[in-house]
Amino acid sequence: MNTSAQPGAAGVVGAAAIVLLLIASAAGVQAYREVRYPSPPATAGSLYLTSGTAIRRLTLGYHALAADLYWVRAIQYYGSTKLRLAGQQGRPAPAGGADAQQGYPLLYPMLDLTTTLDPRFNIAYRFGAIFLAEPFPGGAGQPDLAIALLEKGLRHRPDKWEYMQDIGFVHYWWRHDYTAAAEWFKRGSAVPGAPWWLKSLAATTLSEGGDRRSSRLMWESIRESAEIEWLKSDAERRLTQLRALDQIDEIQAYLKQATERGFAVADWNAVVRAGVLPGIPLDPAQVPYELDAEGRVQLSPRSPLFPLPIEPKRLKPMS
Amino acid sequence: MSAIRVIAVNVFRESVRDKVLYNLVFFAILLMGASYLLGQLTAGQDVKIIKDLGLVATSVFGLFIAVFIGIGLVSKEVERRSIYSLLSKPIERYQLVVGKYLGLTLTLAVNLSIMAVALYGVLAYMAWMAGPAAAAAWDAPVLDPALLKAIALTFVELAIVTAIALFFSTFSTPMLSAALTFGLFIAGRFSADLRNFNQVLESPVATTLATGLYWILPNLSPFDVRAQVVHGQPVATGYLVLTTVYGVIYISALIAAATAVFARRDFK
Repeated sequence: MNTSAQPGAAGVVGAAAIVLLLIASAAGVQAYREVRYPSPPATAGSLYLTSGTAIRRLTLGYHALAADLYWVRAIQYYGSTKLRLAGQQGRPAPAGGADAQQGYPLLYPMLDLTTTLDPRFNIAYRFGAIFLAEPFPGGAGQPDLAIALLEKGLRHRPDKWEYMQDIGFVHYWWRHDYTAAAEWFKRGSAVPGAPWWLKSLAATTLSEGGDRRSSRLMWESIRESAEIEWLKSDAERRLTQLRALDQIDEIQAYLKQATERGFAVADWNAVVRAGVLPGIPLDPAQVPYELDAEGRVQLSPRSPLFPLPIEPKRLKPMS
Repeated sequence: MSAIRVIAVNVFRESVRDKVLYNLVFFAILLMGASYLLGQLTAGQDVKIIKDLGLVATSVFGLFIAVFIGIGLVSKEVERRSIYSLLSKPIERYQLVVGKYLGLTLTLAVNLSIMAVALYGVLAYMAWMAGPAAAAAWDAPVLDPALLKAIALTFVELAIVTAIALFFSTFSTPMLSAALTFGLFIAGRFSADLRNFNQVLESPVATTLATGLYWILPNLSPFDVRAQVVHGQPVATGYLVLTTVYGVIYISALIAAATAVFARRDFK
């Protein structure tokens, strides 16, 4: 029976080469089209369905997978929006909170959907709260929504002292409400299995809230207790920023003394020539600090530690 | 060339015999039923919704035809053992693959053309019922010729899906081919997300992998211009041409791959 001749090895290689060439050509056309007709930016995105309950029904029982998809979408949305806004550091948060057209208007709805679809999605609560609380443009600048998300998590997992610690942290760091922060740390410490230091964190917060030492204690506690590497490295970065703040205070004190002795401290070269400092000081990331015309030491925008956090106001003066 | 034409026409006839075009009846009922109901429910947005519904139904019905007939194009011949009598004739294997593909594409073209006529018919009826005063509230003319742009790109997208189904059909079972085709269709619809992964991933390996997949997988999202068309936003001719050229090249790659795989199969 004639079933037509089969090609040999050369024929297979030739066919594979043709297929690869055609796919490369298609990719070339695609790249050219994307240059000529760029896709709309990610900000044009929208949520067609906003009811978690409705989506739970629509996903026909596959709601955990749907939660994963919404989580990935939330991460992508946060990451791409943050990159887009990277050049807008220092701008005030857009008015209107979650309804604002700029910023991260879809972040909370996405996280809310994710956690409605899978109410035990631990990371969505903890990371989501960080994304929401971080000031604009690094985050949504909406600590109230961060607290709302974590409280939702607590309704499903009342045993999660980590959520209580995170709520306390948001009160402490972003809302500067030390009484509320101490209350949440105390509640967390009462949960069976909570670490011993939550109790001392509650006491320190109440007595020394806003003090850099108590901030350091809090970040160290987060670093030690974090089960997730990203949370650990974020806490490490915050601690390094606090170290930079200490260094800036120290250098500033030297410069103040030099000014009082009559030296001009308008630029680093003059400071080094006058022997005030042995060289241009470097921040903990090994990037030189900047000195403005008025003699103020600042972190370089090129530094990976930039921008430094706005420190909470102290509850009472340092002793 | 005539062998390809004969095979293509036979595939078309077979699909007509298999009552594939019955889906047009469902399409017409859907549009007519929706146009009656939506008029009562949608606060003056019935024309927009009918356009949305019509264009999506065109795509969904076409997708089911492309997948469920495409996966059987070759595997059915093998299952029925009619492949032996086919290949004993003076037909090259590539002619069989290309002919089968063109036959199903012809079926899709006829299907989409009739659907387009039905959609315009329903829209014309709605425009006539609504009167000129209501037209002022619409983003785009009711009988907007730009709808054809969306239908044309839907056709090219379905032609790619058909080529994917045919490719899998040359070496896999119909069930697996359907699953793989749907999987690739969904991946193609969301492939733009792969491109944005570099914005959220730090691992260079993962980023390279995601970018590689973005360029290799069929990128189907650019074929969806339905929202622009319905809202009366322009779709540039250059965009249509480039997207179609991309589709044609990708189809050529799939047909070449399908031919190469089919040519290697041993039917003895």
